[in-house]
Formats: sequence, C-alpha cells, structure tokens
Amino acid sequence: MREILRKLARNPVGLAGAVILSVLALVILFGPLLAPYDPTGFHVTRRLEGPSLDFLLGTDQFGRDLLSRILTGARPAILFGIGATGLAVLAGGSVGVLSGYAGGLVDEAIMRALDVVLAVPALLFTLLILTLLGSGIVNAMLAVAISFAPGFARLTRASTLSIRERDFVAAAIARGEQHAYILCREILPNLLPPVVVEASIRIAQALMIGATLSYLGLGAQAPASDWGLLVAEARDYLFRNGWLLAFPALAIGISALGFNLLGDGLRDLLNPELDA
Amino acid sequence: MSLVHILRRLIALVAILFLVSALVFAITQILPGNAAVMILGQNATEAELKALEGALDLDQSAWVQYGRWIGGVLAGDAGVSMISNQPVMETVLTALGRSLVLAVIAVLVMATVAIVLGVTAAVRRGRFADLVISALTYPGVCVPEFVVGTLLVVLLARPELGWFPAGGYSPPSAGLADFARSIALPVLTLTIILTSRISRQVRSEMIDVLKSDYVRTATLKGLPRRAVLYRHALPNAMLPTLTILALDIGYLIGGIVVVEEVFAYPGLGRLLIFSMQSRDLPMIQAGVLVMAVVYVLANFAADLLHGFFDPRIRADA
Repeated sequence: MREILRKLARNPVGLAGAVILSVLALVILFGPLLAPYDPTGFHVTRRLEGPSLDFLLGTDQFGRDLLSRILTGARPAILFGIGATGLAVLAGGSVGVLSGYAGGLVDEAIMRALDVVLAVPALLFTLLILTLLGSGIVNAMLAVAISFAPGFARLTRASTLSIRERDFVAAAIARGEQHAYILCREILPNLLPPVVVEASIRIAQALMIGATLSYLGLGAQAPASDWGLLVAEARDYLFRNGWLLAFPALAIGISALGFNLLGDGLRDLLNPELDA
Repeated sequence: MSLVHILRRLIALVAILFLVSALVFAITQILPGNAAVMILGQNATEAELKALEGALDLDQSAWVQYGRWIGGVLAGDAGVSMISNQPVMETVLTALGRSLVLAVIAVLVMATVAIVLGVTAAVRRGRFADLVISALTYPGVCVPEFVVGTLLVVLLARPELGWFPAGGYSPPSAGLADFARSIALPVLTLTIILTSRISRQVRSEMIDVLKSDYVRTATLKGLPRRAVLYRHALPNAMLPTLTILALDIGYLIGGIVVVEEVFAYPGLGRLLIFSMQSRDLPMIQAGVLVMAVVYVLANFAADLLHGFFDPRIRADA
C-alpha cells in the first residue's frame, strides 16, 4: 500500500488526481462547516448577484449563497458516485467471479443473461429502473448501481478466467484447498488492480449520471443542494447570472476529473495485465 | 464474413431483441405489483382501477399480457398513449426520426473531427499539439452533457445575439435555415462530448500502430511520411476505432436523451423522459424497445463493417 502511494506520487497524472481528491475529501468531511451561510437561507435583497466579497460565488434567485450550496452539495454528490459504484462492484463482482470460477453451463447462462441487459443502452436502463423504483436520490443510486453491475460482472469474469489458469491456482487445487479458500486467498487479491482502476473511472461517471438524473428531475428533489439540481434551477436565470451555471458545472467537472485522473494514474501504475 | 456467419448473427440478434422486450415489459408492467395503482396513485377509486386494469390486461396472466403486447408491436400497433390518446407506434417513430437526424449528423461530424485530432495528437505525441489536444479533450470526459448543453446556450443562444434558438425544433418543411439553426446546438453538444471520448481512443490506437513493425518497414523503405501515415498507419488504427464507435452508440443514445431534454427537442429521448414522468406505460415500453432495437442494429452494422474492412476476418470466416 505504501509502495503504491509512493509510486503514485511520482506519476503526475495520478498525483493530480490524488491532490484533487484529497481536497474533495476535506470538503466532504467539513463542507457544511466551511459554508459561510446557511445553504437554504434567503437573502431577499441580494438576489442573483455575481461573485462579491459577501458572497464569494454569488447568489441564486432566492438570494441563497451559491458557495454554501455547492459545499453542502459535495457530500451527497461524491457519496452518490462512490455508493453506486461500490454496490455495482459488490453485485457485479460476485456474479462475475462466480461465473468465471464455475465455468461451463453456469458461466454460459450468466453471460447470455448479461448480454440481454447490455443490449439496453446504459442510461436508458437506469431510467427504466428509476420508473420502477420511483424518483429520489437513493433510488437513483440503486438504479445506477444496477446498470453498472453487468459491466463489473464482465470485467471480473474475464479476469477470473485468466487468473484461474495461473500456476498458483493449480498449486492450490493440487494442495487440496477448498473453493472458498481459492476464491478468497488466490483469486480476489489478483482481481483488485483491474477492479480498482475501473471503479475509479466509474465513480466519475456515476457522479455525472447522478447530477444528470437530478437535472432531469428524477434524482434529488428541491430544496436539496444537489449539483445537478443547481444547474437545473439556474436554467431560468442563465442570461441574468451565468455564474449560477458556471460554478456548479465546475464542481461536477473537477470532481469527475479527480477520479478520472486517479484512475488513469493507477492504470499506468498497476499496469493490470489482467485488464479486460 | 460468410453468409452463414451473418445469418447466425442475425438469429442471435432477433433472440436478444425478444429477450430485451420481455425484460422491458417485465420491469414496466409485471414487476411493480400493480401498474394500475402506480399510474393512478393511491387515491384511485375501485372503479377507476378496474377499468384501467381491464384496458391494460392487468387482470390476465403475465404471459397473456406479454403475448398481446409483443403481438401488437410486431403488427405495428403498440396501443395508445395513456396521456395523449395518440397511437404509440406512430408517435414513437416520428420522434425517432427526429432523434436519428441529430445522431447521424453528430456522428459524422464527430468521426471526422475526432480522427483528425487523434491522429495529430498521436503523431505529435508529447509535443505541444498533443498536450493542447489532451487538455482540450480531457474536460469533455468529465463534464456531463447537460452541463455542456447549458453552457452552449449561455454562450451562443443569448437572445441579444439572435444566432441560435435556446431550444425547440423547426421542421425542415418550415425552412431549411431555421431547421439547421434549431438542431445546431444539440448536435454541437453531442459532438463535443463524443469527440473528446473518441479522439482519445484514436490517439492511443494510433500510437500503438505507429510503433508496429509494418510502419517501421514502410518508413525504412523510404516512403514519404504522409504515405506512411495515411496509407499504412491510419487504416490499421481505424479498425479498433470502429469498435469503439460501436460501443459508444449506447453512450450516444444516453447523450441524446439528455440533450433533447436540455434543448426541448421533440425526439425520442424527450418523449421517453416525459412518458416516464407521467407514467405513460405503453409509451415507455415502445420507446425503450425501439431504442434497444436501434442500438442492437447499429452494433450489428458496426460488426459487418468491421468484417468488411478487416481482411483477416473476411478470410477465416
């Protein structure tokens, strides 16, 4: 672990990602405390203002402080990305590993079923599940997780297939180890590099999808400080105060950039030979 | 790619589409307990529920419901909208046509721009042009469509500029100039997002190809740089790019849904979002199915093209 961190520090792309994510981590932990104002507090005499010393990023149509809203919005936005991806890794990963490890008919059946799910474009599938579950931020997270899961299942299956052929697995089988031991001690550790790389890039996507769903009115609902919602609300005041769009956009972009850079950096670093 | 191979792929494709239709139907109509309650809300009266259940065949078994629906769809009749009372198939196909206009133009523009950018970046790898292109395309991967679209509205559709409308659709029959202006910003949004993704892929493919033995051979045999690049390297970088393009069709479809919503463009994406918000079940089912059909067919077409361009696949099939 320390080794990886040291190498990451020498990889400019990964380092940039790590720096951005460290700042984000601080905002997630202390965001609501750092906020200079109540994110839902109205300043009715100071509506739709541009950046000033009083309001560093300006105010919205109700005179709410944009900086405070963006800072409070960070935690749900990032946790959405991490949560959706984490669930997808758990669900998709276990299906993929079992499928690849079992092989034969089980594998065939699971993979054909995934083909069917993957024949529906990802965002469409997410929307479909959201219609079933109903709008809301938690449901949106579940929907994204479900639509990400098949991708992780494919990735882990492909990796499991190639790890299974390696000598150390054959040795474990020859020693008479049990399936559970081989799965947990031999296969899972070797799966980590490709999964971590993929997950970090997927987190960036998930948080963009989360913002998109809120923008479409299917995710977080007003008066939440969700970043996608901020952009949606800014729509009616675009030409009067463009900052209302620019800053939330920047927040989404920088966060996604952080995870993407980290993913690219880790990819170079771990050079996962089993990458599917 | 032999005829037998193509036929086999076609049969698999039809099978997949049937399974997709079952999946879509199951998610929308079978799974959520009772669709009638979902549509009418908890406060519906018993009589209303009964009437709707009859209209949707909800009192029948799941198999009967699916059979009637898919039979109707195959005969070109997917029922009537529960909101507008218009025939669903007609509405969906009209909207699909408008969406395809956006998609086709965006893909054509994007493919041209992305290949030029990707090849330039690969050839000038590590130098100024490469860095500029990387810096320009990286944000495109990190900013969602709705943000890019809204930014373009702020920049290019200011009322005082009068360049483009901020949204809406003007059919070609009402004048080509207005039509072009109404689709310009949606197309531009899609192009920006897709170009960022694809040009990065073209770059990395091209870098691999430039390192290959046959490119070195061509260089060593004294061919001009231009001939090496365009006759030897580029065609070989095109094959993987085609695959990536095909994979990104799914992404493009998602992008179109969002972009249509941003620009109030009356295509299939906006129709779907509206149907989902108003719980117009027949419309959702047909819309999603039609999109899946387009997606699967596009992938199939990309496969065929791939076989057509790659002599290795043509030979051993």
